[in-house]
Amino acid sequence: MMSEKHTASDTLVSFRGVQKSYDGESLIVKNLDLDIRKGEFLTMLGPSGSGKTTCLMMLAGFETPTHGEIRLGDKLLNHVPPHKRNIGMVFQNYALFPHMTVAENLAYPLTIRKMSKSEITDRVKKALGMVKLDALANRYPGQMSGGQQQRVALARALVFEPQLVLMDEPLGALDKQLREHMQLEIKHIHENLGITVVYVTHDQGEALTMSDRVAVFKDGIIQQIDAANVLYEKPVNSFVANFIGENNTLHGEVVAVQDQHCTVRLGNGNTVQAAAVCVGKAGEATSMSIRPERVRLNRYAEACENRLQARLAEFIYFGDHVRLRLDVAGQSGFMVKVPAGELDSSWKVGDTLDIGWMARDIRALDASVYTH
Amino acid sequence: MLEVMPTMSQTLTVNAPLTAADGELLTVKLARERRNKQLKAVALVAPLAIFLLLTFLVPIFMLLGRSVDNPEVVTHLPATSKLIASWDRRALPSEDVFQAMARDLTAAKEDKSVPEVAKRLNMDISGFRSLIQKTARKMPLELAAGESMRDRFIQIDERWGDPDHWHVIAKNAKSWTPYYLYSSLDLRETKAGTPELAPEEERAFISIFGRTLWISFWVTVFCLLLGYPLAYWLANLPARKSNLLMILVLLPFWTSVLVRVASWIVLLQREGLINSALMNLGIIGEPLQLAFNRVGVYIAMVHILLPFVILPAYSVMKSIPPTYMRAAISLGDHPFAAFWKIYFPQTVAGVAAGALLVFIMCIGYYITPALLGSPEEQMVSYYVAFYTNVTINWGMAAALGSLLLIATMTLYAVYSKLVGANKLSLG
Repeated sequence: MMSEKHTASDTLVSFRGVQKSYDGESLIVKNLDLDIRKGEFLTMLGPSGSGKTTCLMMLAGFETPTHGEIRLGDKLLNHVPPHKRNIGMVFQNYALFPHMTVAENLAYPLTIRKMSKSEITDRVKKALGMVKLDALANRYPGQMSGGQQQRVALARALVFEPQLVLMDEPLGALDKQLREHMQLEIKHIHENLGITVVYVTHDQGEALTMSDRVAVFKDGIIQQIDAANVLYEKPVNSFVANFIGENNTLHGEVVAVQDQHCTVRLGNGNTVQAAAVCVGKAGEATSMSIRPERVRLNRYAEACENRLQARLAEFIYFGDHVRLRLDVAGQSGFMVKVPAGELDSSWKVGDTLDIGWMARDIRALDASVYTH
Repeated sequence: MLEVMPTMSQTLTVNAPLTAADGELLTVKLARERRNKQLKAVALVAPLAIFLLLTFLVPIFMLLGRSVDNPEVVTHLPATSKLIASWDRRALPSEDVFQAMARDLTAAKEDKSVPEVAKRLNMDISGFRSLIQKTARKMPLELAAGESMRDRFIQIDERWGDPDHWHVIAKNAKSWTPYYLYSSLDLRETKAGTPELAPEEERAFISIFGRTLWISFWVTVFCLLLGYPLAYWLANLPARKSNLLMILVLLPFWTSVLVRVASWIVLLQREGLINSALMNLGIIGEPLQLAFNRVGVYIAMVHILLPFVILPAYSVMKSIPPTYMRAAISLGDHPFAAFWKIYFPQTVAGVAAGALLVFIMCIGYYITPALLGSPEEQMVSYYVAFYTNVTINWGMAAALGSLLLIATMTLYAVYSKLVGANKLSLG
């Protein structure tokens, strides 16, 4: 897939040609090559069944690759049993041992490593301080809220100081507000400890907020692996464009391709200039992607390379901004975000608006049947 | 309502009681509504409650009552019972007692209740039956002038001159007796009324209780040893396979116990399938004694009771997500150690519930030892059946049954003290 240039010593984990099949008929992970750098926060993002959790489980050792190699540092992991990998793991349902107190849960990995009593006490205390739960050491998991349990799970995965921590949708069971709070907390812990984190989620917002790099999975293949802003601004195909953030899609036919640019004809005959990212020859279908905030309206659209007429179909109120649902070139469901202050009070449903955008902001990608 | 009232009365007019729109007091209306709801709930539960009361609680209390019930002497020798209470229990009773005895026996002879009394008294001293019957046949007695009834009785049988026989009558002249409970524990009542251990050759039930508990203990242990891994396996198989296997576990469960025991006899007997197969394979030269001894009883009882361990264990294991084990392993623990430290403690409640169930069912087991065991394997229930069906001794049957009940209750109390009854999970 996307191979990044960096020296071998930076790499902590590497997947080489990894394949995984459960039934011998289909591959859930298809030929995965992936390098995870030391100290990096890497998120595996994808819809369910895309192979991201399987990758994580192969790294943890709970699944074995059908083919290929997984290395941690310079050690081949394929035949190392999971309990000897020294990899911390946080699970979606926390997996705190219900018959042990918080302190006992945290002491568990330390006892196994045969540490002295005093060292265990010190480390448990430090780990609890890190997640701000000093007062709850003697509680049982059942007596704590979901957020508190998640912090304990986090502390338990970190307390034995592994160089790599895996997180399998750790915030999936929390409500939205708590989730956002925990995202930042995990991010800060990652920054402070300098550990390497591999994080699995299907929530793209979570992936964008926390990660140094995001690997977008689909059908067992990494579609794109990049930093969050690159992923958002420069998706390499329609799946990534649609999966990450909000996206407007315009379907059309390629008229001409020159270098990085192409001309696309829409259904109603209008032509659009777009950045050619993932298009074929002239005459082939394409789906163009543009972010709602890149679309300009009326007088703001005057300076744009692409200008079209759109019919206003609906106002959707969001407090800080209003979304306009437009019909553009015979295609419905085109969204534009307008800050509350820029909304023209004379607009009403059925009006025709001028919209426009810069050619570099719209990316011509592979044709998709994916509708937003 | 109670919490709302004060604040509402502050904001509304002074303590005027609140009324609903139709002018009725709100509290009255609310109370009626609650009562209606409760009545509906009670009406729904009532059939089951009555059913339980009639078929479960009442019989249990009747059983407990039967174990101390002692109606024969009081009912059929009423005058004697009354007078013998004031006997000094040293020399022979007074002439009045003999007179009363003669009247009572005459009456008993008329309403044909002599055998009942005779049988009851015979339990305490053997030979009493014939004594009563012999005397009753002579009733009514015509006394010559100046002749004492006492002499006449002794003339009929000299045993009437033995205070021990009168002791037995005096002892049983109460409507309740600890006799059956004492006998069930190999105790007997001394003349002073205190219990003492019966002479060694008369003891039987202590060893029968011991045997019952011993067999039950081993059946429970075997059930746990076989059931735990099987339940674990079932809980961790893919749903389709585990459902199929679960049917195999339940299938024998749906078959009559009698049929299953009979099939085990076919399999285990000297010329049975197992012995002939082993002989034909040349593994053994002599048939193994598998049936009609302890081995056969263990095999059949474990087979019959296994589902009672598997089902609660399975349901508890099913509710433990695999991530617990994974978490423990990812923290660096060896899978076996993790199983023991993390998985096993979480299954204890369910497994203990299953074990308790098996043990309790075991101590009441009757048909399997009766068909597959030698006399050495018969358990308490066998003697309950024996006293009910063969000797028609309801007192002994009820006393043994009551002791079994007490054993069960004690066991449950100990268990709930150790594990906590609220943790008991029967699936």
